[in-house]
Amino acid sequence: MGFFTDTSICIGCKACEVACKEWNDVPEDGLNFLSTSYDNTGGLGADTWRHVAFIEQPIQVAAVGDNGVRWLMSSDVCKHCTHAACLDVCPTGALFRTEFDTVVVQQDVCNGCGYCVPACPFGVIDKRESDGRVWKCTLCYDRLKSDMEPACAKACPTQSIQFGPLDELRDRAAGRLGVLREAGVADARLYGADEDDGVGGFGAFFLLLDDPEVYGLPPDPVVTTRDLPRMWKAAAGAALALVGAVAAACARPR
Amino acid sequence: MTGPQDRSHGPDAGSGYYGHPVVKAPVWKPAIALYFFTGGVAGASSTLALAAGLTDNRRLARSALVASAAGIAVSGPLLVADLGRPARFLNMLRVAKPSSPMSVGSWILSAFAPASMLAAVCDVTGRLPRLGRAAAAVAGALGPAVATYTAVLVADTAIPAWHDAYRELPLVFAGSAATSAAGAALAFTPVADAGPARRLAVIGAVLDVGAFRAMEHRLGEVSGPYENGRAGRLARAAEACLAAGAMLVPAAGRRRSAAVAAGALLCTGSLLTRFSVFRAGFESAADPAATIRPQRRRMEGTERPPVTTPTPGSTRARPTSESTVDP
Repeated sequence: MGFFTDTSICIGCKACEVACKEWNDVPEDGLNFLSTSYDNTGGLGADTWRHVAFIEQPIQVAAVGDNGVRWLMSSDVCKHCTHAACLDVCPTGALFRTEFDTVVVQQDVCNGCGYCVPACPFGVIDKRESDGRVWKCTLCYDRLKSDMEPACAKACPTQSIQFGPLDELRDRAAGRLGVLREAGVADARLYGADEDDGVGGFGAFFLLLDDPEVYGLPPDPVVTTRDLPRMWKAAAGAALALVGAVAAACARPR
Repeated sequence: MTGPQDRSHGPDAGSGYYGHPVVKAPVWKPAIALYFFTGGVAGASSTLALAAGLTDNRRLARSALVASAAGIAVSGPLLVADLGRPARFLNMLRVAKPSSPMSVGSWILSAFAPASMLAAVCDVTGRLPRLGRAAAAVAGALGPAVATYTAVLVADTAIPAWHDAYRELPLVFAGSAATSAAGAALAFTPVADAGPARRLAVIGAVLDVGAFRAMEHRLGEVSGPYENGRAGRLARAAEACLAAGAMLVPAAGRRRSAAVAAGALLCTGSLLTRFSVFRAGFESAADPAATIRPQRRRMEGTERPPVTTPTPGSTRARPTSESTVDP
């Protein structure tokens, strides 16, 4: 199960942010004016599990010339990667894959080592300093267990956030992309719908209207553990070099 | 309406969303950089002690055993103190996960630390000499792993200056560990018995500086933090200390005072190397361009990089025992 977030119909109401906070009892994440359009949460973190990005792009419109604005809005969320770096590097097994194929932190196990934080290629998971443990979107694990859809999808008034089986959502997204392309929205593209990408496809993917980096998303994320065998090999070589250095130094006993 | 101006490929192509970082900086405190140093001292010292013992240099073996035990005794508290929930440190041994360098490291340390401390206690007190020698052998064999796994630990992240350096970082850490172990041994061993430590000091310093420079060179556009800013200054200071320490080595073969000074300089250089690498990760994470630009180039260059077999426990298609809730 997963999310398809169709940003072309997001209206920036932030109902998803509020519903997520209400349902999951997520603490306040700062009442700040960030001078970043209508965005005052900045990005995903321990206390922000849905984040609505606002981008005001200057464009040319026939009626007003150079003064046109295109407003991009997108509700970001944990991607629930198929190959999840956070889960791979977690040393306690606190992060696990659920029966819904989502990635969730077991809060009674997490010891706050923080390894998952820099491992995530999207900068999603973070440590809550007041608490010592890491937190992120659970895709409303408790609601899924009760056959309810996640709080954000339930609250979304435009169905920009859609919840369902991933293959169904991918079909729906491909259809929507076709409609947009036909209507002349050439920059529309799916992000994270490809199972052959560097994280094996997202459990929460998107329809974007510009390059991913414009929304603060990495254009070609790769799970860091893909290179882990090569890293261990490099470390084995270095360990041997250390043995060689010590052996050479001790070739004469004094 | 015409299309939007394509700003994403313009002059500030890498600035992303209001310049916000794409990946999160680590939440690790400087205690972790200090641990990279103390763990390096401990790991390389135990290997030096084993080699010195095998070549019948008892004085050198003893100072290296004590340095190893001291290094690892400090390391444990540093690691536990950095946890958000220190009382849960034993959860590190709840599972064994090859896909997590921190899990692998926890298991290595839990074998190494008792062996290292036992070897030192037996050697200094003269009790249970055979048990002591066995413990020293275990610690000496695990030492190189203790000294280098930390490089994999930082490389196995999404931070460009760490991840992309995965080829050279283990060599940097191995060299840095050798230098610090040699420095500690120089300072605490009589001149007549410290010959191997002096040679190891020079080899380690050359390895540390050489691998660091090679890393900067190969990293290209994401090497910025290692060259500029605070991490860059730390790296230059490390090089200066290592060069000065290595130049004092000949004098250290004549006078104990010079040996102590050389040892202090070499250990300081090793410590600064660790802090430079640690700091560079934070600076690299803070820069959205360091994440975005190489990915964008990879995308527009050739085909997608091949997806290799994922590590166990991470795959949607192949659920493992990790896939269900623990009772």
